[in-house]
Amino acid sequence: MIKGTGVSPGISIGIAHILKKDDDGLSGIIIQTNEARELEIEKFNQAVVSAIREVETIRLNTSFDLKPEDMDILDTQVEFLGDPQIAEDVHEKIRNHFRSAHDAVIEVIDAAVEMFRNMDDEYLSARAADLRDIGNRILRNLNTGRASFGPDFGENTILIAEDLAPSDTITLDTTRVVGFATRLGGRTSHTAIIAKAKGIPAVVACGSELLNIRIGETVILDGTTGELIINPGSEIMGVYKAKQVNILNEKALLRSLKDLPAITTDGHRLKLYANISNAAELEQVFENGGEGVGLLRTEMLFMGRDSFPSEEEQFNFYKQVAIKSKNRPVIIRTLDIGGDKPLPYFGIPQENNPFMGYRAIRICLDQPEIFFTQLRAILRASVFGNLKIMFPMISNLSEVKQAKESVNEVKLELKNAGIDFDRSIELGIMIEIPSAALIADILAREVDFFSIGTNDLCQYTLAVDRMNGKVSALYNHFNPGVLRLISYVIEQAHKQNKPVGLCGEMASDPLAALLLSGMGLDEFSMSAGSIPSIKNILIKNSLSKAREVFKTVMEMDDPQTIINYLKEDIK
Amino acid sequence: MISKDYTILSPQGIHARPATALLKLVRQFKSSICLQKEEKVVPLRSMLNILALAIQCGDTISVIIDGEDESEAALSIDNFFNDLLKHQ
Repeated sequence: MIKGTGVSPGISIGIAHILKKDDDGLSGIIIQTNEARELEIEKFNQAVVSAIREVETIRLNTSFDLKPEDMDILDTQVEFLGDPQIAEDVHEKIRNHFRSAHDAVIEVIDAAVEMFRNMDDEYLSARAADLRDIGNRILRNLNTGRASFGPDFGENTILIAEDLAPSDTITLDTTRVVGFATRLGGRTSHTAIIAKAKGIPAVVACGSELLNIRIGETVILDGTTGELIINPGSEIMGVYKAKQVNILNEKALLRSLKDLPAITTDGHRLKLYANISNAAELEQVFENGGEGVGLLRTEMLFMGRDSFPSEEEQFNFYKQVAIKSKNRPVIIRTLDIGGDKPLPYFGIPQENNPFMGYRAIRICLDQPEIFFTQLRAILRASVFGNLKIMFPMISNLSEVKQAKESVNEVKLELKNAGIDFDRSIELGIMIEIPSAALIADILAREVDFFSIGTNDLCQYTLAVDRMNGKVSALYNHFNPGVLRLISYVIEQAHKQNKPVGLCGEMASDPLAALLLSGMGLDEFSMSAGSIPSIKNILIKNSLSKAREVFKTVMEMDDPQTIINYLKEDIK
Repeated sequence: MISKDYTILSPQGIHARPATALLKLVRQFKSSICLQKEEKVVPLRSMLNILALAIQCGDTISVIIDGEDESEAALSIDNFFNDLLKHQ
């Protein structure tokens, strides 16, 4: 067995095909006259022109089924091929060091590849493969004037290579290639990106053992564990064939759930929403059967820039989301920044405890110009969809009242200015601080909905910084203390007919799904990709069973006992 | 001459995709446009040179623009850094 890094999940079983690159050695030829050297320069320039034309041909060829990732890679290749620095260096080698065009290209590209390889950045050192690739492409055009698109593969080919060049992976016939394994590469290599985009299992960084594989040998490739098994016996083959079938069935099952509503076997309807950061992500939400957005983070809008976004910029951002959401509910969380994620144009002095410091609603209430701009933009966009506003980091009643007051002031301003907005826009709060959870009965009177942020609630309740390796093991959302808080919040909100959602990682934990629905949780909000598997659990069970699970769990005293019980139960 | 500083916050720094977009944008202008990180200055024409600066998340870079259409160029580049990079 060979062990590498699995970068694209799934199991493929196929026949090994070994891809070898011809080694382009230096010729050592010295170009003797000025005229001959100018001719070499002209040859190089021509080779670059035809290489670019070649890439353009690939880009326009629809039969390759190019994904956006492929297009990006090809764009970058064109940019590298036409790079003036590379051309200048090659010209200099020919003119002043009397190299042939062929040798000059090799020397210049080798030097650049070496520079990238030595960079202390995984992403950049992976770009060495791009440079090799364009170097090879220029060389092919220098010698023959045309490049081939690689060999024809048989059915069920598993491609074994040193490393795959971007152009190799892009032009591959994916109807025949079922897996990739490379000796080199990393998680950000092209092989990884393209394999994932095309849904082909892949393993990289297999090491030199990979080179022992011979053409025609049978290979099992597990892109999840990163394992390769060569010439497996019939028993192992059977095991993996069964695994393969399971994975395919699971995928098909989850895909088939897309348009089913999340209703338990006894008719209780649950809402499955997604957490997103921009309008573009809505596509994935709908693809996975998400019925709305339980958390739209707005921080992205404020990051990567050198001043606060204007009301107009923010308005356009929220409007895009509202339009693309096609009237499904979208909960917008107001600015949630703090000392741990500072903005360069908004100085927050160094704090000893940024998680307990000047952040989120505390900043917004302290600096109304920031808050009002955001509220105005959201309210103006609210006519384009079904938007709701949610305030993060609430720890007491007065904050809720002040935040609501701010919304009312902005509404009045807009009304006086004759600007349209959703007059009955719903307002809610995040329950992520224990004090807020414990006064849920008081807070529920003030708002239209709650959303429990379990990541922070857990961290604050257990006094555990999950980024601190020494204590992170204590972080566990099945801690009975955390569970009691969640259950109390839901109970109190329901007494006043207010719905409760949950937008932390717990919402996508399959073990927590029944427990939370048993507590009465109305809405689960998670990353879009997790929705089908949570839906699959919820619709296979009844609400009365979920309540049973909840009751049993609340009588248990230890997180590990709870986890063991839930594991049994999910089966 | 116009010079403006930007702090890069996208987790991967300036990688190939935004660099490609930036090069395409800069080509539309006549001004000479350079990128500076610490003491290194490179003309904004070459992918190789941009990536060689190894601009990472948290780095501050300067864009230096000089020429007849420098104000339009500065505006476009400003939009680029504000709009494009934040979506990375």
